[in-house]
Amino acid sequence: MLEIEKINVSYGDLQALWDISLKVGEKEIVALIGPNGAGKTTTLKTITGLLRPFGGEIKFLGIVMEKMAIHKRVEIGISLVPEGRGLFPGMTVLENLEMGAFTAKGRSCKDETLEQVFELFPILKNRKKQAAGTLSGGEQQMLAIGRGLMSKPKLLLFDEPSWGLSPLLSKVIYEVIGQINSSGVTILLIEQNVRIALELANRAYVVENGRIVNQGNSRNMLNDQHIREAYLGTESV
Amino acid sequence: MNWQVFAQSLLFGIFVGGLYGLAAVGLSLVFGVMKMLNVAHGELLMLGGYATFWFFSLYHIDPFLSLLPSAFILFLIGMGLYKGLFSPLAKLHEEVKIKNSLLIGFGLSLVFHNLAIRLWTADERSVSVLYSGWGFSLFGLRFPFIRFSGLVLATIVILALHQFLTKTYFGKSIRATTENWESAALMGINIEKTSMISFALGATLAAMAGTIVSVGYAIHPAMGLEWTLKALIVVVLAGLGNIGGAFAAGVLLGAVESVSTLFVGPYMEVVGLVLFLLVLELRPQGLFGKSIG
Repeated sequence: MLEIEKINVSYGDLQALWDISLKVGEKEIVALIGPNGAGKTTTLKTITGLLRPFGGEIKFLGIVMEKMAIHKRVEIGISLVPEGRGLFPGMTVLENLEMGAFTAKGRSCKDETLEQVFELFPILKNRKKQAAGTLSGGEQQMLAIGRGLMSKPKLLLFDEPSWGLSPLLSKVIYEVIGQINSSGVTILLIEQNVRIALELANRAYVVENGRIVNQGNSRNMLNDQHIREAYLGTESV
Repeated sequence: MNWQVFAQSLLFGIFVGGLYGLAAVGLSLVFGVMKMLNVAHGELLMLGGYATFWFFSLYHIDPFLSLLPSAFILFLIGMGLYKGLFSPLAKLHEEVKIKNSLLIGFGLSLVFHNLAIRLWTADERSVSVLYSGWGFSLFGLRFPFIRFSGLVLATIVILALHQFLTKTYFGKSIRATTENWESAALMGINIEKTSMISFALGATLAAMAGTIVSVGYAIHPAMGLEWTLKALIVVVLAGLGNIGGAFAAGVLLGAVESVSTLFVGPYMEVVGLVLFLLVLELRPQGLFGKSIG
């Protein structure tokens, strides 16, 4: 579904990604893990078009899209739940969700999707007239996810969905991500909480210093010695 | 001093303050969406005033009617200015962007100012309609028809803008872009188009203010800077990007300036600037802005 071939991205003179290649297949959950500053967010930003690569190729459903405008990528089915949620704090919960359905496709089935989102997160329905900035951290993450679903994406990207959440809430959010995937949405997520990400994902890539250093089935990765030592804080048995 | 003189100055201050508010709302809208300060905003207001003046002088169209074509002309000029001059700045880093937008704005204001002198001379002009002298009295206060209807019109325009921004999809996308443009783009909102329309709307609001100024007051080529300054003071009083607050702050500035003439005479301009400095010092988020953090 998503094919990234050797992309290189830089911020000014500073190169952040070096020949990153990755693939996400239809209905998969793929995790991108790695330490802070490794280039995970940069990779997602490049997929959404917030950053432009200076080399390499990105294809989504066979469409080449390195030069495509950000809003066009939403139209063809890519949605991002951004780092730190990126809500519109002064707008109401309902308005935030409406903005999620801005594309023609999203708007045509807005009411229906809205019902689905409220079913997934009933609390949002009770708070729909409230300004998004007044929600708790967990509710804000739910709103960000709900908003990401409003455009009816084929591929949903998550940037640190457990950021700032308690372990219990993270678990809830990850269960929801699993449910979203079962409803047919492909998922690419990046996460610092490596265990929770690997437990949900089918496959994973490890990014370090802007390069992909390892990849594979996430079950195997949970048992990988380097990953256990570097990210899970446990010695291999 | 008797209360009637005081109340009359207050009333006239509110009339002119409505126009400050209208001028500031356009500047605030543009700043909110694009994080660019268009210091040629006052010149756009001047052009709107001249458009109305010429519609009246050449074709005898009533200014309250020519408001619409004048506004439309400025909408188109706004789109052109955005496309030609401001849009290339959009990709720049925020700090560089605002500096460059200031330079372009100052350049534009000089061009428009001198163009206006060339084309229409430096004379002060005013649209004098048949009903210029009409008015009514209430509680012993004088309500000149033109200034009163100018305030009513400004209020209607602001309310309409408010409805547009809170009730329509496109209006909401303007607010979303103001709050977080990256997220807005990720929703599928076309930021370039939203910015262009917002800039054109800003010019339209300036033109409407200019029209009302040309009827109730006077227009001349050098008026732009004066109005940009008023609009800036009001935007700072209200808090950057706060559109509803800008109108209220405009009325407040008008009222304070006007009443202060009773005490400090011609130094009333200073009072507005002192108010500006006080707000910057004591409440930098603006009178109606939310405190940060």
